[in-house]
Amino acid sequence: MKIGILALQGAVREHAAILKQLDVETVNVLYPGDLNDIDGLILPGGESTTVGKLLSRYEMLSPLTALGQSGLPMFGTCTGLILLSKHIIGSSQHHLNLMDTYVERNAFGRQLASFEADMNIPVLGHAPFHAIFIRAPYIVKIENEGCPLLEWDNKILMAEQGNLLAAAFHPELTNDTRIHEYFLQKVKKYRYS
Amino acid sequence: MSNLNKETGTPVVKRGLAEMLKGGVIMDVVNPEQAKIAEEAGAVAVMALERVPSDIRAQGGVARMSDPEMIQGIQKAVSIPVMAKVRIGHIVEARVLEALDIDFIDESEVLTPADNRYHILKSEFRVPFVCGARDLGEALRRVGEGAAMIRTKGEAGTGDIVEAVRHIRKVNEDIQKVASASDMELMTLAKEMGAPYELVLQVKTLGRLPVVNFAAGGVATPADAALMMVLGCDGVFVGSGIFKSDNPAQRAKAIVEAVAHYQDAALIAQVSKGLGEAMRGQSVTQLEDKDKLAGRGW
Repeated sequence: MKIGILALQGAVREHAAILKQLDVETVNVLYPGDLNDIDGLILPGGESTTVGKLLSRYEMLSPLTALGQSGLPMFGTCTGLILLSKHIIGSSQHHLNLMDTYVERNAFGRQLASFEADMNIPVLGHAPFHAIFIRAPYIVKIENEGCPLLEWDNKILMAEQGNLLAAAFHPELTNDTRIHEYFLQKVKKYRYS
Repeated sequence: MSNLNKETGTPVVKRGLAEMLKGGVIMDVVNPEQAKIAEEAGAVAVMALERVPSDIRAQGGVARMSDPEMIQGIQKAVSIPVMAKVRIGHIVEARVLEALDIDFIDESEVLTPADNRYHILKSEFRVPFVCGARDLGEALRRVGEGAAMIRTKGEAGTGDIVEAVRHIRKVNEDIQKVASASDMELMTLAKEMGAPYELVLQVKTLGRLPVVNFAAGGVATPADAALMMVLGCDGVFVGSGIFKSDNPAQRAKAIVEAVAHYQDAALIAQVSKGLGEAMRGQSVTQLEDKDKLAGRGW
């Protein structure tokens, strides 16, 4: 099993470290050619404006969209959630255009509103997950096959839709591997289907 | 669920923003128009200031925190994080920026120092700080005070990369020295570097700085920016190098791409074509010691 990590900008090494802890091989994805032979893709946190522009300049958007549509498991954190969404509030733009989510960027406010908190995520079991939100987005609305996995204060903070998983926070900044393991279940299902 | 224990302004959250900037370029801008050009080029953040370092150098006088109105204009113009500079030791300038809801404060030697002895106790603030350093000891002293991010100082406003290279080489050399030292040697190394012992221990365990480290001070070309990445920096600040060049929009974009693909020389060649003249610059060897900014702070 080999997981690609989009490595144009952002918290790449943190995701790689968690997957290494889980004994999973990773490869940094910089060009369309790096997408061959991967069983899943992580879209890490970073600056969504920057990553979005680099993806379009290097003609990565359509190959990524095609892979997502064909069932390749993808997991987006923070910026990754914005990249996966079909709708970005206040903007006519979208990036990979895969998840039926309406996402609001910097939705909690600027850096001073960034926060950490323990949250109960039912699919992960009883122990709370320590979630770190950095100038975070959230999902305002989710449609079709999209399914919320964490809701708080009328905000959807984690969701899935078939092969796609997205979180508004940064599991890669913690030592808790449960969300990555949850994603790897999707990868295994895809690989052996 | 709504009464959950939500904590803001923690070290994790402050360092977290720096982690998200990795692999990116932070650009100095003096007005909303430049901020938009920077954002459009793919900058991960902008540094709002009244005069870029090369102008501060040329015009002299006391350099201070920028006009809050100008900073707010830039905050309205872009959606990427906005940083701003305060004078070394100027607690109130820092409180003012925090009140403006700034995303990151640079306690910067580019401005005229307000305090010749003490740096700001950054752990008392909810907003994250970045500080300059020339070696590991200086970096760890700033982290000890609460800096969430470090940048090597270089020599701002010169367009000469030599000092930025010297400083990152020195940080790397110091880290290697710590990493290869035995536990028995660490206290002596901490004393020699003037660094907090606990942080020296952390460097030995991690094999790198405990916070994100960007390059700064002298980056003028896409190749300069990529060089700093090759030397192990997590990202790059570009001050005068963009808006003092012939074609800021194109140069800014080229520097962003060179940082994202710093190991791809063919791509750097491609984006470096036809950028026009880089900032004219000033060789550091021709500067007198009193005109060097990197010596400010300790």
